[in-house]
Amino acid sequence: MKQRSTFLFSVMAFGLAFLYVPILSMMFFSFNRSRLATVWGGFSTQWYGKLFSNSQVIDAALLSLRIALLSATLATILGTMAGLALARFRRFRGRALLSGLVTAPLIMPEVITGISSLLLFIMMAEWLGWPGQRGFTTITIAHITFSMTYVTVIVQSRLTAMDLSIEEAAMDLGSRPWQVLRDVTLPIISPAILSGWLLAFTISLDDVVITSFTTGPGYTTLPMLIWSKVKLGVTPDINALATVIVVVVAIGVAISAVILTRADKRRERDIQMAIAANK
Amino acid sequence: MTAGESAPQQSDFIHIEGVTKSFGSFKAVDNVTLSISKGELFALLGGSGCGKTTLLRMLAGFETPTAGRIFIDGQDMAGVPAYERPVNMMFQSYALFPHMTVAKNVGYGLKHEDMTQVQREDRVREMLNLVQLSHLADRKPHQLSGGQRQRVALARSLAKLPKLLLLDEPLGALDKKLREHTQFEIANIQYKLGITFVVVTHDQEEAMTLASRIAVMDKGVIRQIGSPSDIYEHPNSRFVADFIGSANMVEAEVTKADGAGTEVLSPSLGHPILVASSGYTKGDKVTLAFRPEKVSISRKKPAAAKNVLKGTVQDFGYFGKDSLYRIKLPTGHVLSVNAVNAERAAAEQAVATWEDEVYLTIAPAAAMLFGAET
Repeated sequence: MKQRSTFLFSVMAFGLAFLYVPILSMMFFSFNRSRLATVWGGFSTQWYGKLFSNSQVIDAALLSLRIALLSATLATILGTMAGLALARFRRFRGRALLSGLVTAPLIMPEVITGISSLLLFIMMAEWLGWPGQRGFTTITIAHITFSMTYVTVIVQSRLTAMDLSIEEAAMDLGSRPWQVLRDVTLPIISPAILSGWLLAFTISLDDVVITSFTTGPGYTTLPMLIWSKVKLGVTPDINALATVIVVVVAIGVAISAVILTRADKRRERDIQMAIAANK
Repeated sequence: MTAGESAPQQSDFIHIEGVTKSFGSFKAVDNVTLSISKGELFALLGGSGCGKTTLLRMLAGFETPTAGRIFIDGQDMAGVPAYERPVNMMFQSYALFPHMTVAKNVGYGLKHEDMTQVQREDRVREMLNLVQLSHLADRKPHQLSGGQRQRVALARSLAKLPKLLLLDEPLGALDKKLREHTQFEIANIQYKLGITFVVVTHDQEEAMTLASRIAVMDKGVIRQIGSPSDIYEHPNSRFVADFIGSANMVEAEVTKADGAGTEVLSPSLGHPILVASSGYTKGDKVTLAFRPEKVSISRKKPAAAKNVLKGTVQDFGYFGKDSLYRIKLPTGHVLSVNAVNAERAAAEQAVATWEDEVYLTIAPAAAMLFGAET
């Protein structure tokens, strides 16, 4: 038994190391005094100071956040609508086609999506005169097109698992279809919608490829900025920036985990109470 | 055949006229005509896939008839969506709203009624009292037991005081003891509120105890409509006799038909049996059926010479209040006979035991004849 647990322990340690050593070493070198990213020159927080006084980085970060918030929200609305249509209207013309089209971007290489979006925007600018300048709007639209797919898939699978008679019951009690959607369907699938939004938000936040194709002069998102800086060599301020991102994401994950565990515990307690009450 | 329609035509509250529902080439409901009076507790009884649930869903408005018309309280239901019908339904899965409390569930339908907030709250309280769940008003459905959920579903479907309540296998998910208790509760509530109930069930016992009238369905067609005793004592076909309760059935041929009744001879029984039915002529091929509890069994030869069969006890089961015997006749045919254990005695001292020779008497009025099945 002892041997086996040692084996398991080393496997686990290796796995964790594989995942986290790169991140930890990056965080470690972000406190490096030296200009050389991989040579230790003593402890310093100077790169963080430089980072927060670098307006280029701050602007890029704000742009990324604005795009991510807007595109995730719109993608969630559109994706939820598509998910409802696919899950609830069992027979309509072009259902299989819509289903295929909606999920195709999941497997489409990002480069293709990027190029096709770019070509579309160029043609539209030529024929419609809109969008005149590529930038915030075009990036947001491109992000919506591929992130709504994820929302659709999540919402659709949640709806498929939901008991149809719950919706019928609401209708039977006098609710019109839109009231059923508002009172029953949306509240029940709201966790799926929320996780769809979170996914769309993170996908938008870290996208480089599609953004590069659809951006215009003066619009540099954070991932694009990092990418372009790294091309000139990894400097400690990149390490510092990445560390900030990792910490922010980790805090976000921790908060959502705490909320979910609490909800779980409350549910479990409720069930225990119900069992006790029925004895 | 005395079974059949007995409701007065002028008080038809629900009228289903020639209703057919096809799914592709499959006819789930096939040209059903049916009338239900106001205040009735009516049961649609049948095996799975017989079309009873489809018929119920057409009444609720979830399915549109392929052909035929449905009237509720004189109003043609064609084109009336589910949310505008004076009908509520209790779902087999209960379909409670998981994100709402018990009180919110029960009060949901009242949002669309023209009522003040106080009236709504009063109605919810009244309904929760009716199903004895007032103490659980603030619970969520996942905090309730199966029986409690069933009662919430019942309260919710009754809250709007619909003209018609549809119940889809209302007791299906409950254990036996709770079922028996709830059966009477539902019947009591129906009596108290005077709402017309239509219950769909596959359980004949449930239909018998709940309903004032039963429609037996098979393959989309109604085979017989009548009171529980009508259907049990006077089934109109071999199918109904077999589906409701159990019956011994043998093929026979009419040998004599006159004022005294019809005499039939079955090769399985070996003796002619006199049946108090008429309408058959000599030579007709018929099915002779008699229920196990309507045969008397004795070890002594009975005085009457007619309709007596001799056999040996092949097997028997002791159930306390009664015993079930399997009697083997000299022809090799085995009959089921049910005898009440009226006397206190050890099981082996009951009416008869293994290998005993016994006499079976079938009263002419207890035996039933069915013509060739269509």
